[in-house]
Amino acid sequence: MRRFLAAFIVVFTATAAQADTLRVAVSANFRQVAEILATEFEEQTGHTVTLSSGSTGALYNQISYGAPFDVFLSADSRRPEMLAETGRVSGKPVTYAFGRLVFWQPGSTEVTYKTLSGWNEKLAMANPDTAPYGLAARQVLENLGLWEKKKSLVVQGTSIQQAWQYVATGNAGAGFVALSQLRTDDVQDGYLLLRDELYNPIRQQAVVLSGSKNQKLGQDFLDYILAKKQQIIVQKAGYFPAVDPVVAKVSDTEGSHTP
Amino acid sequence: MTGEAWQAVSVTLQLAGLTTLLLIAIGLPMAWKLAGMTSGFRPVLEALVGLPLVLPPTVLGFYLLVAFSPNNLPGQVWQDLTGTTLAFSFSGLVLASVIYSLPFVVQPLQRAFEQLDRGLLEAASSLGAGPIDRFFSVVLPQTFRPLLLAACLGFAHTVGEFGVVLMIGGNIPGETQVLSIALYDAVETQDFASAHTMAAGLMLFALVLLIALYSLDRKGHR
Repeated sequence: MRRFLAAFIVVFTATAAQADTLRVAVSANFRQVAEILATEFEEQTGHTVTLSSGSTGALYNQISYGAPFDVFLSADSRRPEMLAETGRVSGKPVTYAFGRLVFWQPGSTEVTYKTLSGWNEKLAMANPDTAPYGLAARQVLENLGLWEKKKSLVVQGTSIQQAWQYVATGNAGAGFVALSQLRTDDVQDGYLLLRDELYNPIRQQAVVLSGSKNQKLGQDFLDYILAKKQQIIVQKAGYFPAVDPVVAKVSDTEGSHTP
Repeated sequence: MTGEAWQAVSVTLQLAGLTTLLLIAIGLPMAWKLAGMTSGFRPVLEALVGLPLVLPPTVLGFYLLVAFSPNNLPGQVWQDLTGTTLAFSFSGLVLASVIYSLPFVVQPLQRAFEQLDRGLLEAASSLGAGPIDRFFSVVLPQTFRPLLLAACLGFAHTVGEFGVVLMIGGNIPGETQVLSIALYDAVETQDFASAHTMAAGLMLFALVLLIALYSLDRKGHR
């Protein structure tokens, strides 16, 4: 038994020495894509990637209180900047994607801005104070001059993931969700892709954390995500790639979707 | 504290108060039936009542989210009856809290009824007292303390509710934003000053209530 244990420990520590585990905190909206990217990264490098997802605000708090993550994929640029200011970041924050917001009314064949302005039932969105997609949703309503009118209809999810749950389960008839969430389920219609000028770009930034013991591996992972092949995956998943979104829009056929 | 925090206090107290009243109304007959039950079916019923004690709140939250949807039968029936949806509404939270806090009310009552002096009841019965008369003149005086204990536990547990409300509440100020959710929000928005006030308030409330409960319990056993 003892020999078996010794052998086990040798084997175990030997593999541990070669393959590291990268702990990635990922904002809820990017979870699905991160899973695809992480799996490919694991296959190519032999390392392990574990993903922890939550709202950007919650993850930020955990990190500022010393949560043992190596990489943080935020849904905004504010939180990574705040972490950088307090010296919790190794290197500089990099943009890995731009989020895209849609107004989703499942079951409807044609959704337009008129549908949105005439909507007078429950309206789901993420919490504008904590979630970047929630802030974008409020900006859309403000810029359309609808915020005061629709405020009382709003039901808030803690993250964009919960806003999606509310609409997907039918508890809210419509709501603001991320295009990426609809792409995950291959939703083809029943949504309106909102014009980019209606909200500030949802610049999703990533950082390697200075408390990490795997900073090199973390940087490798970020470089991997930013490579062209992976950025195409990101774009297909419903984001603008990390290059200038204005350039990206031209190549993105979805841009003509908006009336 | 801000106006929104006070609003959360008010929603929390209303929710816990209404839930407790409903729980007493439902829990009393339930506990009475269970206490007098001899069939093999009893453990099954007891287990059903006790489920919220061991299940993660997310299980209940998930099922309720699905059940409340107007696309499914329970949510549809509610919508036909009232014209509103259950999710994101105060009524929805009350329903969820009643299920969630049920064991905290039923179990102490059931224990009390099991220890009741049945001889007294039979005596009262032979003297011609009807069931309602017997309940108020024999049962209630003997079980007043456990009843108070059950009510306090149900109230406290509802105030302490978080996971279920997070999943079905929708964070609407004045309607579904209870104190535990407002506190969560304050922490997420890095408003630690408000978070401290609310957390300390909840802590103090729970402590005072528990001290009161335990002293009540001691007196009961003396």
